[in-house]
Amino acid sequence: MEPIRQFRARTAALPFTNIDTDQIIPARFLRTTERAGLGKQLFADWRYAADGTPRPEFALNQPAAAGCQVLVAGRNFGCGSSREHAPWALLDYGFRAIISTEIADIFRSNSLKNGLLPIVVDEASAAWLLANPGVELLIDLEGNRVVLPDGREVKFQIERFARYGLLNGVDELGYLRSQEPAIARFESSHDRAGA
Amino acid sequence: MKTMFQKIWERHEVVPETVDTPAVLYIDLHLVHEVTTPQAFTMLRGQNLRVRRPDLTLATMDHSTPTRTEQVFGGAPITVESAAHQIAELEKNCRQFGIELFDLRHKLRGIVHIVGPELGLTQPGKTVVCGDSHTSTHGAFGALAFGIGTTEVAHVLATQCLLQRRAKTFAINVEGALPAGVAAKDLILAVIGRTGVGGGTGHVLEYRGSAVRALDMEQRMTVCNMSIEAGARAGMIAPDNTTFEYLAGRPRAPQGAAWDDAVAAWRMLPGDPGAQFDRELTLDGSGLEPMITYGTNPAMSIPISATIPALNEDPAHRKALAYMGFEAGAPIRDRPVNVVFVGSCTNGRLSDLRDAARVLRGHKVARGVQLLVVPGSQQVKLAAEAEGLDRVFIDAGGEWRESGCSMCIGMNGDNVGAGQVSVSTSNRNFEGRQGQGARTLLASPLTAAASAVRGRVTDPREFLNG
Ligand code: SF4
Repeated sequence: MEPIRQFRARTAALPFTNIDTDQIIPARFLRTTERAGLGKQLFADWRYAADGTPRPEFALNQPAAAGCQVLVAGRNFGCGSSREHAPWALLDYGFRAIISTEIADIFRSNSLKNGLLPIVVDEASAAWLLANPGVELLIDLEGNRVVLPDGREVKFQIERFARYGLLNGVDELGYLRSQEPAIARFESSHDRAGA
Repeated sequence: MKTMFQKIWERHEVVPETVDTPAVLYIDLHLVHEVTTPQAFTMLRGQNLRVRRPDLTLATMDHSTPTRTEQVFGGAPITVESAAHQIAELEKNCRQFGIELFDLRHKLRGIVHIVGPELGLTQPGKTVVCGDSHTSTHGAFGALAFGIGTTEVAHVLATQCLLQRRAKTFAINVEGALPAGVAAKDLILAVIGRTGVGGGTGHVLEYRGSAVRALDMEQRMTVCNMSIEAGARAGMIAPDNTTFEYLAGRPRAPQGAAWDDAVAAWRMLPGDPGAQFDRELTLDGSGLEPMITYGTNPAMSIPISATIPALNEDPAHRKALAYMGFEAGAPIRDRPVNVVFVGSCTNGRLSDLRDAARVLRGHKVARGVQLLVVPGSQQVKLAAEAEGLDRVFIDAGGEWRESGCSMCIGMNGDNVGAGQVSVSTSNRNFEGRQGQGARTLLASPLTAAASAVRGRVTDPREFLNG
């Protein structure tokens, strides 16, 4: 994984609460054994009409949303299914960060493992961002802050270990594997019976 | 003084958490299915890794498998080609990595959350994970069970461990006796209605109280299954004699002297009296009614006699009613129904099918309504057929299929059509969940069956008198 420190990006906004992973990537696209290429199906049923043509009223189909890399959404983004296809699809489309007042547990964990930043901010900042799509933000993981166009800083927290991994571009499996002696000790002292 | 969650957590900490590092948590049982694992096996291959504990890993296929008998057993091609590919891929991966697999024609195959418990593999005190959010189901046994993503599936395959931060605890107390016609499904829909779909985020739920203690294991599984719909990764119920009676004699439960030792250990698992939870919620079970959803998430539910709530300031609420084609203030009862689905990991067990049959026996499905009954596993199917439940469904005009997720997720050829209204015993009424444009009303098997007979949303108590 590439290290992430800070970047500037424009926002798009979806002002709905509880956007679930079935909306982010509908189940019929999960019959893949790959992880690449899901971006074209991101938000498929909101983005396209039944005949496959783009719905002009959908936020991501508007010209101003082209090239945006930060998605601002209502409370509890990413609820529902554990499908990691959701962050894969968002990343493949070009998003690098999600901003909301609350992000669902499994989605947040999946996002961190793939370098998509799940950023939880206070109500007032989220409301401002939802009302002002298209602004350019500085996303500063090193400084745990988002800088708004007028220079205001909004603080956020990312779990410390995941943040370290993102800043340094290291993945968690390497760390887990380095714990092998402790795992082996645990198993021998607990006599784990076979399933 | 510790909660049950804390006890199980501490017993599985290979390395405790610190400010800088999450805990390394040992996993006792890893369940695998075809949809969320291909990319995990690819990760293993990329790093030349083996599955560390194939003996603690079990695979089944359920999400994208067909339910039509001719496609499962009759040699007819699986109509959804990408699903056939995914099924073949799981077979290959299990063969290559030495994992036991219940393949398409296996007599023990079924929905992953039905298979683990019915084999007796799901046990009190275990940590159970699966690349599926409804892994919370297994918490009904007093296990710590939660859904994980595909990268985490690779972590568990490779190391039998996960990196985890300790969750907060949330006690859900339900007291009193559930009235007749009120099912476990109604109880959990009422709970989610109170917490909201994000209310459990960051928490492990523990369901307690006399109404919960009175539930049998299948009903407890229905409750824990939907913990994720409150945003909680896990939900659990303390093990008791009901739990031990269910597990006794199951093929993969401990046997003989090992059984006695296990039960003695399991009796120590319930939380200490007076242990503190981070949050608590109390509900009166005796005041509940059959519940049904009217919107596009599982917290948008009302008692079946109530009216659809007024619009509020949340644009998602307006969007939900527009999608459903419902009007604020209108009753939900008597709304026309096109499809009724009985099945899924929430309500696809034998007692659920018995509930549906109890209402359907001697009745016909209303004209124009499709009734699809899909057992949660091949074992459930056999047991149901042994008591003649299949005949009840077929005689009523319904379809009886091979086990799988079927119309809960619509990946396998079983879909609800655009604009159609489905009363479903599954767990998610998200837009498009049962098919593009499908409108889903979540309810109990009793309510679903009653609605199939009338062709309209129907209070099941109309069928249960006398
Ligand atoms: S029945 Fe539905 S919720 Fe349960 S595992 Fe299958 S798809 Fe998921």
